[in-house]
Amino acid sequence: MKAIVWQGTNKIGVETVPDPTLLLPTDAIIKITSTAICGSDLHLLDGVIPSMEKGDILGHEFMGEVVEVGREVKKLKVGDRVVVPFNIACGVCDPCRRGLFSACDNSNPNHRMAEALYGGTSGGGLFGYSHMYGGYAGGQAQYVRVPFADIGPHKIESDLSDEQVLFLTDIFPTGYQAAEQCGIIPGRDVVAVFGAGPVGQFAARSAQLLGAAHVIVIDRVPERLAMAEAAGCQTINYEQDDVLVALREATGGRGPDHVIDAVGMEAHGHGPGALVDTAKQRLRLSFDRITALRWALLSCAKGGTVSLPGVYGGLIDKVPMGAAFAKGLTFKMGQTHTQRYVAPLLARIEARQIDPSFVITHRASLDEAPDLYKTFRDKHDGCIKVVLNPWA
Amino acid sequence: MTQDERSTPTDSTSEHTPSTGAHMPALERSVVGSVGVALMGAGLRSARPLQKLVLGTVGAGLAAMAATGRNPIATALKIRQGAGGEVLVGDAVTIGRPAAELYALWRPLENLPQLMTHLERVEVLSETRSRWTVKAPTGEVSWEAEITADEPGRRLAWQSLPGAAVENHGEVLFRPAPGNRGTEVVVRLAYRPPAGTAGAIVARLTGEEPAQQLRDDLMRFKREQEVGHAPTTEGQTSGRAAKGGEA
Repeated sequence: MKAIVWQGTNKIGVETVPDPTLLLPTDAIIKITSTAICGSDLHLLDGVIPSMEKGDILGHEFMGEVVEVGREVKKLKVGDRVVVPFNIACGVCDPCRRGLFSACDNSNPNHRMAEALYGGTSGGGLFGYSHMYGGYAGGQAQYVRVPFADIGPHKIESDLSDEQVLFLTDIFPTGYQAAEQCGIIPGRDVVAVFGAGPVGQFAARSAQLLGAAHVIVIDRVPERLAMAEAAGCQTINYEQDDVLVALREATGGRGPDHVIDAVGMEAHGHGPGALVDTAKQRLRLSFDRITALRWALLSCAKGGTVSLPGVYGGLIDKVPMGAAFAKGLTFKMGQTHTQRYVAPLLARIEARQIDPSFVITHRASLDEAPDLYKTFRDKHDGCIKVVLNPWA
Repeated sequence: MTQDERSTPTDSTSEHTPSTGAHMPALERSVVGSVGVALMGAGLRSARPLQKLVLGTVGAGLAAMAATGRNPIATALKIRQGAGGEVLVGDAVTIGRPAAELYALWRPLENLPQLMTHLERVEVLSETRSRWTVKAPTGEVSWEAEITADEPGRRLAWQSLPGAAVENHGEVLFRPAPGNRGTEVVVRLAYRPPAGTAGAIVARLTGEEPAQQLRDDLMRFKREQEVGHAPTTEGQTSGRAAKGGEA
């Protein structure tokens, strides 16, 4: 089959690889009908996520049709149309039973690798996202093996198109969880979203769905800001304005009640902090550049929530902890517990409260994907979200 | 090892003897000290400046270790040692199963090699005595052990009998986890590595070491009990397979 393969930093290629097979009786094989490139895949392109190996198949936002099931799979059968959450969860461990699916104890075969870095504990496995997260082959391919097939995949039985439901696998739940964990008081709270990429767009619209009085989106790319404005958000271009001053002005000096950092570890930005981050990242002294996180802590209102859907990987410094303490902020963060959100968000799509396909700007074949990784990263050609058809 | 040095816990709430950092036994101190002095001498005789510096520094370091009886490498690697010089290893995992059920899987000692993969076999000789065999780089190593405490559903403790190739003692606790989360399985081991502290360091650096093996064994046990199997990616497709490499 055809697959998108990580060949090294800044080297992503299309290769012909063997078709996946069932490895355990709880596996299923899915023929992929639609798959997407995620903003977090760009951290892999840039080589800032440790434990990638040459030959790894990428991709964690995909859906398709079940073509084979292991003998212990009960809920899925051949022919079912499914969306597949990007995280892999066993469904029975203590975190899974509490709905913390991304923190699954049992789905990561390389727990030792993550434990060494993260204090003796590891997260669950992820599709196509480094060996620290299990080393599972991803879904930017024609077929994929799905472990724990009774836990993750969710059947789509309505006539919604792939493009309307595909993002239930990651960016919609990720943006929604980011907004939900702010604890927005409807009609009262102002929410600021740093980063108007796909997750930022869904975080902003989710904040609206949850009743935010006002949503402000911060980015520097005109077409991303235009997309947020189209949803009724106020926007700030941080290259033209001083973000902290603009946010104070927009909120009567209070600051946003909640701030969502939908940027994560590879923030752009200015000033000495950003320069130090970049230098340290180049020297491999640090994995993360944290301008967005600093702005989030400095801008958030007293008693507010800082919600982090953006991915962080390593150790960070120059965190304005004094500001966070002085204002009594709450931090909420982590990988998305996608399995928890698929059904309720599908219901919102079916009720026409949101059509997630608004975010798509580019459609392509697998062969075009390596170029589109770069188009997406460099934000050329108005690129916000790429969907791939593995059979085109 | 005398009876006094065993520091065998006497009840389920007892802890190991507090760790004293890495304390080298007398024989190891003299060996390390001799090597250190020899290296310093070689360094002084060397004509090449870099070699002089490296040999001299390493030699002085080893000599200092021997003089103080402290092994900073072992300390840095967080190798815990008891007052008697034995290496202490402990770990814990919470498993979503009742304590009685998990205890029942451990108590038939001949089943242990299924739980702990580095164990080759355990032969039960009597109600309390057993013979343990592990794989070692030099072949098989065996010793006899006796069960020193057996509290069904709660705790199992053992120690090796005099003359064991690897002197060791340990216990497994099965504690109910708060909030219906199942059982906390706590394992504590103490052993004397055949080559002293140096042996423990080499084992740690090569990844073939009880602390690591224990962690892996506990996680495998948890996954067997909770999920019924361990997750795997072995044999999956990748771009490496396409080039004839390992998948």
